[in-house]
Amino acid sequence: MEKSTRNWESSNRKNTLQLGLWTAAWVISLAIATFGPIFIWNGNDSITIFALLVNLLIGIGMILVNIKHLKGLDELQRKIHLEAMGIALGVAVVLGISYSSLDTTNIISYNAEISHLVIVIGLTYLAGVIVGTMRYK
Amino acid sequence: MKNRIKVLRAEKDLTQAQLANLLEVSRQTVNAIEKGKFDPSLPLAFKLSRLFEQSIEEIFQDE
Repeated sequence: MEKSTRNWESSNRKNTLQLGLWTAAWVISLAIATFGPIFIWNGNDSITIFALLVNLLIGIGMILVNIKHLKGLDELQRKIHLEAMGIALGVAVVLGISYSSLDTTNIISYNAEISHLVIVIGLTYLAGVIVGTMRYK
Repeated sequence: MKNRIKVLRAEKDLTQAQLANLLEVSRQTVNAIEKGKFDPSLPLAFKLSRLFEQSIEEIFQDE
């Protein structure tokens, strides 16, 4: 029992660390693919496509590691994350469509960027996890 | 759902962290179950049952 306990704890720590590393790698590869054509390789399409492919592959790896991380959580932690994800998804759909409509009807003067929605999803998910964690304290 | 986990844990002289380690869950989960804020799954209830050597019905009471 003691050995399996240590395994469970260390496995959880390892999963969290792996998720952090894959997320960091994905962000860095995205930054390279986005700013590389402007600042590093002067718009060479072949290098840009390669950078985007690398970013895509790292993104797939990040998703798989995230699934592994979620499977490693205990049942209460999974419930907290599931509720936070549900709220984040709902907010993304409702706000995303409203935001897009504001753009297409020219009520807002700037373009509705997907990055704005990603920030909202991230912050909503974070808030959902924090509130859920506090609720079960 | 009410439960006697806090009493049973005290009888075994276990801290929440020690019980959490034995159940392979977080201390927060043990705390939430003890306070009745979270009902455990059947597999976790069976683990508690084996650990405290009591039936699930003796540990948990439906409110």
